[in-house]
Amino acid sequence: MATELGENPVAPVVLDVRDLSVSYGKVEALRGINLSIRKGEIVTVIGPNGAGKTTLLSALMGLLPAKGDISYLGEHQGTDRQVEHLVRHGMTLVPERRELFGEMSVEDNLLLGAFDRYRAGHRDHLETMDQVYDIFPRLLERREQMAGTLSGGERQMLAMGRALVAKPKLLMLDEPSLGLAPLIIKEIFRTIAALTKTGVAILLVEQNARAALHVSDRAYVLETGEISLEGPSKELARDPRVIESYLGLGHRH
Amino acid sequence: MDLQIVLLLGQDGITSGAIYALLALALVLVFAVTRVIFIPQGEFVAFGALTLSSLQAGKLPGTLWLLIGLGAAVAFADISWALRHHKMRRVPLILFYNCGVPILLAGYLLAVSPATLPQPVQVALTLAMVVPIGAMIYRLAYQPIAEASVLMLLIVSVAVHVALIGLGLLFFGAEGSRTTPFTDMSFQIGDAVLQGQTVLVVVASLVLIVALYFYFERTIYGKALRATAMNRTGARLMGISANLAGRLSFMLAALIGAFSGVLIAPITTIYYDSGFLIGLKGFVGAIIGGLASYPIAAAGAILVGLLESFSSFYASAFKEVIVFTLIIPVLLWRSLTSRHVEEEE
Ligand SMILES: Nc1ncnc2c1ncn2[C@@H]1O[C@H](COP(=O)(O)OP(=O)(O)OP(=O)(O)O)[C@@H](O)[C@H]1O
Ligand SMILES: [Mg+2]
Repeated sequence: MATELGENPVAPVVLDVRDLSVSYGKVEALRGINLSIRKGEIVTVIGPNGAGKTTLLSALMGLLPAKGDISYLGEHQGTDRQVEHLVRHGMTLVPERRELFGEMSVEDNLLLGAFDRYRAGHRDHLETMDQVYDIFPRLLERREQMAGTLSGGERQMLAMGRALVAKPKLLMLDEPSLGLAPLIIKEIFRTIAALTKTGVAILLVEQNARAALHVSDRAYVLETGEISLEGPSKELARDPRVIESYLGLGHRH
Repeated sequence: MDLQIVLLLGQDGITSGAIYALLALALVLVFAVTRVIFIPQGEFVAFGALTLSSLQAGKLPGTLWLLIGLGAAVAFADISWALRHHKMRRVPLILFYNCGVPILLAGYLLAVSPATLPQPVQVALTLAMVVPIGAMIYRLAYQPIAEASVLMLLIVSVAVHVALIGLGLLFFGAEGSRTTPFTDMSFQIGDAVLQGQTVLVVVASLVLIVALYFYFERTIYGKALRATAMNRTGARLMGISANLAGRLSFMLAALIGAFSGVLIAPITTIYYDSGFLIGLKGFVGAIIGGLASYPIAAAGAILVGLLESFSSFYASAFKEVIVFTLIIPVLLWRSLTSRHVEEEE
């Protein structure tokens, strides 16, 4: 397959995963995963519930121990990958459960997104926070409000905003459209598409396969812990197996 | 009962209440951030007080050797970690903080005669010796098992407590001691006399509480600690490592403990094992706050102080019993009113 080449085959590879497997105790949740993503690229992983998508992102972020070969920004990674180390090098995850700081204001949540950059000596968090407020004006209106009292959509915006304040090189999004109204979903995907202009690589996990395939350059289909299909998103969107399982009857092209 | 006695007892109660409040805050902080029930909190009070009195007696406090020993152990642990993770660049910094600083401190103390130093310098030296020990204890005893259950962490706390009591006896002997008062001022209010030292304790405690409030509300590191207490996974994803948060909270706890010790050292005779009972009373305050709410914990601690001072007057034989019996209705009330929360995995 010619899938190793993304939209821009000369852009440097940000993340390269070879033969990754992850287990919960004796149960193997992921097997033999090969995946790569280049700078400025949007790669999506679609798949049914329980396929292992969240497990994949957690393992990549160092939250779960994993076997296999992972290199990030050209650096080979050992077996005990440290979340803090990866954050320092620009890897950011918006987790499925969002993990906001509920009893803190929107503003403080955003500020903590910049914690590691602050600690590393950068003092540009006010600027980046303003950029986030430009993308999500709703957050600016709500900046004094406690994160725990935000609406579902506002929480998603905050989770994504908090990740953006970290100025990621690789941004991993776990179902950013979860539970959102169609209009906001459009908005979120437009934001995701616009982000790649800054050179960030985006790894997007989605239930909303249609939107995900539309916005991404390449896609992987994950089923019961293994990658069953992969390729440029445009091609996958025409693949009868994908149409049947993920795009449903509503898809007419 | 006559007003003068009430004023006197109230003064006493508020003084010890202020100290218990500080300790209660430290206990809540440490528990919220690391899930450790920090039994040795009181030992930092004793170490603070006794280290200061050693200095004033012109002796080299054993605390210094403990600092050097723990520093070497931390340096060893951190350097072997750095070697395994190919982070050689960190080695000089690790050596500087854990070995260099204690040795410089020792050199300074050997060069001068500590008894002749001005009191503020003695206090600063005391804090410089005791506070890093908090972070080092976290690094050595708790960090390797940070993911363990609350019960396991509690068992380690008991072990650390016993070890520190033993070291306290070794360093300071069985005799109690007091330090020179910071002030011998006193104020006349009607018939009652207000001791300057008492006012100092209350004011200094308030200042520390306000400073801590600003630290947690206004600084990014303070917010990071609160974030860790609220959502560990979320905090890790922001690059706030559990190790950093743990060391920071233990350092603050040690600072609060040593500072309290320094404050009460002139008005109470402190023995190597006095810290435990003092810490326990802070703990009663913290329990009233459910190990979660700072203001309620502080109010509870003041209540403990007042209760203690009035019961020592009216029923002195039962004073400890009365204070610790307070915990029973509080626990009953809490267990009846609070929803049961499953322990996090
Ligand atoms: N902590 C855990 N312990 C044991 N099994 C787990 C654990 N977390 C997830 N699993 C299992 O691993 C499999 C993959 O889960 P995962 O959450 O990665 O799926 P997913 O693709 O993200 O699903 P969804 O689309 O519903 O979010 C599931 O069968 C799940 O039950
Ligand atoms: Mg999932």
